[in-house]
Amino acid sequence: MNKYKKITLDGLIYQNPTFMLVLGTCPTLGLISSAFSSMGMGLTVLVVLTLSNIIISALRKVIPGAVRIPCYIVIIATLVTFARMFLEKFVPDLYDSLGGFLALIVVNCIILGRAEAFANKNGVLESAVDGVANGLGFTLALTIMGVICEFLGKGSLFGLQIMEFKIGMLATPAGAFLVYGICIAVFVYIIDGFERWRRVKANKLARENLLNAKEAA
Amino acid sequence: MGTFIAIVLAAVLTNNFITAKTYGICPFLGVSKKTSSAAGMGIAVTLVMVLATLVTYPIYTYVMVPLKIEFLEIIFFIFIIASLVQMLEKIIQKVSPTLYGAMGIYLPLITTNCAVLGVTELLIGDMSAILGTASMNIGWAVIYSLFAGLGFTLVMIIMSGMREKLNYYKTPKALSGFPIAMVTACFICMAFYVFSLISI
Repeated sequence: MNKYKKITLDGLIYQNPTFMLVLGTCPTLGLISSAFSSMGMGLTVLVVLTLSNIIISALRKVIPGAVRIPCYIVIIATLVTFARMFLEKFVPDLYDSLGGFLALIVVNCIILGRAEAFANKNGVLESAVDGVANGLGFTLALTIMGVICEFLGKGSLFGLQIMEFKIGMLATPAGAFLVYGICIAVFVYIIDGFERWRRVKANKLARENLLNAKEAA
Repeated sequence: MGTFIAIVLAAVLTNNFITAKTYGICPFLGVSKKTSSAAGMGIAVTLVMVLATLVTYPIYTYVMVPLKIEFLEIIFFIFIIASLVQMLEKIIQKVSPTLYGAMGIYLPLITTNCAVLGVTELLIGDMSAILGTASMNIGWAVIYSLFAGLGFTLVMIIMSGMREKLNYYKTPKALSGFPIAMVTACFICMAFYVFSLISI
């Protein structure tokens, strides 16, 4: 069980694809001006990533090492084609707002990166958990930034007008770069602070234990 | 001539791939630490974009549309781009080892670059906003991808110049690396955003 907890925490926080590894930046920057489209993008990537991880890890003994990248790309491109047909038929709003970025999921570094770094070395279940964790990490990061950008840039949340005040610049690519940069900095700062706090606490505990042991002796 | 000017202005300034469309951000952030490598990457991307358009646009119009297999476009395009990049790498290695030394390391990275797949997908879509009354053909498609690539190179070079200067200043620990690069990119985008207010 501990293994799955580690995989989940890595995908969500310690190796968060958006904030820690800075992968898949194109759709992030292109879509965070609207919370709805950024969340939709995150969920689409979540589904495609989980399925591609499952398929690639199931086929890892069959795919020859020398031509593995083209094989992965075929699998991912097929899944993206399915996702695109599905969205076009059932969620046309999201299909329109994602625009060109839907096809560009094929070249999203997160999916190929997880296939190369995780799915071709691990079992099906671990790879599925890894796909869900990384996809959720990506979705959460995109939704947080989408909410910030849309709230400050358009004065609305998920298309619902809330306030009159707005900073129009934040709804353009320039604002997306700014918000993304600041979000990475804040995330890294919090994680670093948490790690330091945990290390200090562990040291203190170890020292107390040592003192107690000495006293007992 | 009017269409030509409209395409050039749109591709380089108003609809610039990095500052307006946010395609190809990975090389933009990853390879922009030095001006020489940024220029090499930009030229390599431009070359692959033009070649990819030259191959994919006719295949889409004359093979995939008559056969009604447009839904396979993603699989076709990514495969064409991947094999094109591989072929180009081998040709450059054979013909000019100097050029290969300068550009070769960037070529494999280009396969998974959104800008190349992005331009091929864009050109088979609706381009009437830029073309006006003229109809799309292979000539305009190649011109658009050439100038989009040059616009990409322009922003790469501007960014690398700013990042080289940035090395002389101290930044807070949490901001150093990618975050400060993105804040820098924000200012470039703001400068380019002004162009999108121009109506041709």
